[in-house]
Amino acid sequence: MTRQENDWPDRIYDLLGRLQLRQVAHVPDAGHKRLIELCVADSEKKVVTLTSEEEGVGLLTGAWLGGEKGVLLMQSSGIGNCINALAMVESCRVPLLMLVAMRGEWGEFNPWQMPMGLAVEPVLKAIHAVVLRAEAAADVVPTVEAAAGLAFNGQRAVAVLLSQRLIGSKRFAK
Amino acid sequence: MSNKKEKVLRRRALVTRLLAERDEMVVVSGLGSATWDVAEAGDEPLNFPLWAGMGCAAMIGLGLALAQPTRRVVVITGDGEMLMGLGGLATIADQAPENLAVLVLDNESFGETGGQPTPTAGLADLAGIARGAGFSAVFEAADEAALTPLITAVRSAPGPVFAVAKVALETLPLVMPPKDGAFLKDRLRRALGVDASA
Repeated sequence: MTRQENDWPDRIYDLLGRLQLRQVAHVPDAGHKRLIELCVADSEKKVVTLTSEEEGVGLLTGAWLGGEKGVLLMQSSGIGNCINALAMVESCRVPLLMLVAMRGEWGEFNPWQMPMGLAVEPVLKAIHAVVLRAEAAADVVPTVEAAAGLAFNGQRAVAVLLSQRLIGSKRFAK
Repeated sequence: MSNKKEKVLRRRALVTRLLAERDEMVVVSGLGSATWDVAEAGDEPLNFPLWAGMGCAAMIGLGLALAQPTRRVVVITGDGEMLMGLGGLATIADQAPENLAVLVLDNESFGETGGQPTPTAGLADLAGIARGAGFSAVFEAADEAALTPLITAVRSAPGPVFAVAKVALETLPLVMPPKDGAFLKDRLRRALGVDASA
């Protein structure tokens, strides 16, 4: 992977700035480490570290009610924590952009990650979220940008699944 | 505060008194009884009554408070709803928004589902949990004397404020706000002047 291909978290960060996404809510994942660091260092961003992912659905609902846009960063297991809260987003037609670092797929070493990894897409679709996937570094920014458009224009939940093939080599090379 | 004492505070009178002087306060009400209580005090564009999302009320308040830092944001909810989102208390204390207050109407029961006791009927102490999560402005009331400072704190003390009022378990008439979530969302955004399409 070239340096340029490897810097997609920096490019997501640039995009968050262009889109004026102010509230950045997260339960950390190693795949989001760089992006979280960039957001924490940015005084324009309000970074909210959550104890569980569904808190971020509530937070960003409140943010939108108050006139601010945001993004929710999590690992795929966190989607399982969010489903009932996502029903509220659907009922209220609140825009919600989620960036999901996948586990339980390509290269997974922990078998206990597999069931939730396999369930992410079907459960998101069952609660009427739009699901997009980024498999390669070059896809990431266009996919996140498209997802933000669908979320904020379409007023609904949109998840970008950042594949484990994309983020995995970094995670497991330690 | 003894859980065995008979509860003298009445939730509807408490909420009506709190909201009688609400100024520009934004009010988020938690699923169930708190939503009916706030509706009885008067349906307003600055209310966001929840019809679902149990456990989310306080965090919606946090997102609003961060987005609208000059405006008071008050979350009014029940003990069952608050217990479902306890982790959020740590998140809120960590963010420390000065303009946010969370008021729990604690009847020690799941009042909407048959009055089954919640853990606050036993040993659980929401005020203690809030202190442990990092709240320093914590107020408790079980009688009229303590209620006045609690209401003042919810309205205007530097936040984040966490307040618990021990209230009677009552069966009260349902008073319903509008049900359509998209309408409620757009109505609040327009009232706050943040809806560009308005």
